[in-house]
Amino acid sequence: MGGYLDQKFGAGGVIITQVDELLNWARLSSLWPMGFGIACCAIEFMGSISAAYDLDRMGLIPRASPRQSDVMIVAGTVTFKMADRVRRLYEQMAEPRYVISMGSCSNCGGPYWEHGYHVVKGVDRIIPVDVYVPGCPPRPEALIGGIIKLQEKIRGESRLDESLLEKLLEKKKAKA
Amino acid sequence: MSLKEIKDLINTHLPEMVREVISTTTPATFLVDSSRIVELCSFLRTEKQLYFDSLSCLTGLDNGPEKGIMEVVYTLYSIPYNYSLNIRCELDRTLPQIPSVSTVWRTADWHEREAFDLFGINFLNHPDLRRILLPTDWEGFPLLKDYSHQEKYHGITVKY
Repeated sequence: MGGYLDQKFGAGGVIITQVDELLNWARLSSLWPMGFGIACCAIEFMGSISAAYDLDRMGLIPRASPRQSDVMIVAGTVTFKMADRVRRLYEQMAEPRYVISMGSCSNCGGPYWEHGYHVVKGVDRIIPVDVYVPGCPPRPEALIGGIIKLQEKIRGESRLDESLLEKLLEKKKAKA
Repeated sequence: MSLKEIKDLINTHLPEMVREVISTTTPATFLVDSSRIVELCSFLRTEKQLYFDSLSCLTGLDNGPEKGIMEVVYTLYSIPYNYSLNIRCELDRTLPQIPSVSTVWRTADWHEREAFDLFGINFLNHPDLRRILLPTDWEGFPLLKDYSHQEKYHGITVKY
């Protein structure tokens, strides 16, 4: 009988695809997150990794270093004291890198939006965010939903697009 | 030991130390002279009939600019006698300072740093009085009634 791939491609032995699609498929199937949590959302994040929800099946294996990570899941309240650290960790990640903002606190300050003098009102004030997951805290299902959204986003990307290179060069010029 | 007996015991050893007894709070509160707080605390800790060997909590309080008073509340617990007591001191809000009791209970070290961090109370003779929760370059003391936060911190707007 064989598995899905065997059934689909086993007969011919040759698969024809676009390089972009292959690259995207490889990247979205191995989104390694940084093992990093700052408040109660991290508990849900840990629950998502556990056997019950099993993020491993989607290719998410938490890494202990930002250098090995593709995605940063900001799981919790970002305080001003933590802001510098979050920014630094993000900068240490290799490109292409993605950010999932998990929970109300990192989306917009959450319950601390008015009187929380110490809370950054949204992690997007420090680093660019790709996907926002609402909830306080979001259940693992919601986080998985956010991850699927990010995978969809990656699927639509093109690493070989020439305009991307031009944009990058322009950015460098503007900096210099 | 009853509340009155404790008060009398303190006042015989340290004259006019307890100014007022407030028995409506839980545990009951002694309002005391803030300048002699170290003397009082070491007495409460070492006295064989009391033996308040544990400082459960140390809190700062701000009563606002109109009243002009800040308070420090010490919650003590005697493990051998299973007895609790509150000690309260009133400070001048314009220059809030009180001697540190970190020599009496080591626990007081971090508690006093927290009260300094959030209220700006100066604990005299503290071994290491610096911010404990907020970043070192934070401006102001957030739990004061008339606190307003800074516009930006490291380039990030603080307001929502």
